[in-house]
Amino acid sequence: MKLPAFAHRVAGSGAEAAALLAEAGTDGAVLAGGQSLLLEMRYGRARPTVLVDVNRARDLAGLAVADGELRLGALVRHAAVERLELDDPLARLLGKAAAVVAHPPIRARGTFVGSLAWAHPASEWCALSRALEARITVRGPAGERDVAAGTWFRGAFRTQRAPDEVVTGVALPLLGAGTGVGFAEHRRTSGSFALAAAGCAVRVEGERVTAARIGLANAADVPLRATAAEAVLVGSDGSAPAVAAAADAAAREADPASEPHCSAEYRRHTLEVLVRRALTEALADADTGATGYLAWT
Amino acid sequence: MTVNGEQRRVAVEARETLADALRDGLGLTGTNLGCEHGVCGSCTVSVDGVAVRSCLLLAVQCAGAEVRTVEGLAGADGELSVLQRAFSAEHGLQCGFCTPGFLCLLQQALDDEPALDRDAERLEEVLASNLCRCTGYAGIRRAVVRAAGELRGEQPAG
Repeated sequence: MKLPAFAHRVAGSGAEAAALLAEAGTDGAVLAGGQSLLLEMRYGRARPTVLVDVNRARDLAGLAVADGELRLGALVRHAAVERLELDDPLARLLGKAAAVVAHPPIRARGTFVGSLAWAHPASEWCALSRALEARITVRGPAGERDVAAGTWFRGAFRTQRAPDEVVTGVALPLLGAGTGVGFAEHRRTSGSFALAAAGCAVRVEGERVTAARIGLANAADVPLRATAAEAVLVGSDGSAPAVAAAADAAAREADPASEPHCSAEYRRHTLEVLVRRALTEALADADTGATGYLAWT
Repeated sequence: MTVNGEQRRVAVEARETLADALRDGLGLTGTNLGCEHGVCGSCTVSVDGVAVRSCLLLAVQCAGAEVRTVEGLAGADGELSVLQRAFSAEHGLQCGFCTPGFLCLLQQALDDEPALDRDAERLEEVLASNLCRCTGYAGIRRAVVRAAGELRGEQPAG
């Protein structure tokens, strides 16, 4: 279906975007990558009458590392996250996930922060941001505020963002040298949305797992941090039975939706398998002798 | 915007996509619209040196941009490009509907990564961006290999 009529407003900065959104009331939408928004508008599921285009807002294009964090502005495309030049396991984790976000032409336009704003339950970025307790920054007419990823997601496609706010960026904690990372996803075809996905980061010191983060996509209507599974793994020896027990815990704390082609039981089983694979990959990746940055634990 | 090296002006409504502007506004109907959902890739063109879905980009967003469509691949005298000749030689097309999208996708990929054919996994990933319902992709893959070699000045095998 062709797109319905709307007004196109160009914002030169994050503050200008917030002002334009405030003017639009509840009928505005932010156009960054547009790879989901324009799709939703074609389906008639989103019906904004004003699109606030932030593609020329230079203050939203930043990609920087500071104070132990990776900071991504609202215009950082998936493709840039896929090719991060950053000497930290976080870059490897993001790179693994980026490789399964749609396909290259979509990754060239779509943005990381846009995914957080859209809040699709299958989003890899939402799951990893939730697991790593990212900090999301939004700007409204009154100024900026930070929201923790743990409270950001309110449901499928629902976030803490107010209609007159634009998501300006996200900060993800660096993981530190020696942290092991793993990512596993199941989808029907290359480029499809994930039926389920699991991403994780682990630290191992000596014979013991000392820290773990496990994020799940499509395990509920919001991205989940599998805290019960993390608790099972931390303190264990990271052996195959320990990993299996953690995967089992993750599947039990998941609350997956049932769909015609993917029952809740099937998805729960898939999550168990994916967590096992992602953790196995992360534990093999971890450097047991490393003493790196530990701010995320 | 600049389309295939030529300065073009076109008046559009905000709701028109780049694909609409190219096809209806400029008469460049080589860019095909398949799904209009960003899935099939038939509408792929290059914008400022990046292969994108022209159905998921508004024309107004391309003001001042450099756009390359399938019409811009052949030489000024109409001589087919290396990649286009390779598609023909390797039977990289049957019905031809997806072909403009594949040509734009792969020309950009070869511009960026001249050794794309030597990384099978990467080539697979790029090819998986677009759908072809006729060829099964084998001919398209062979065409990329042939074109990449020829662009490097190698003699085609066989």
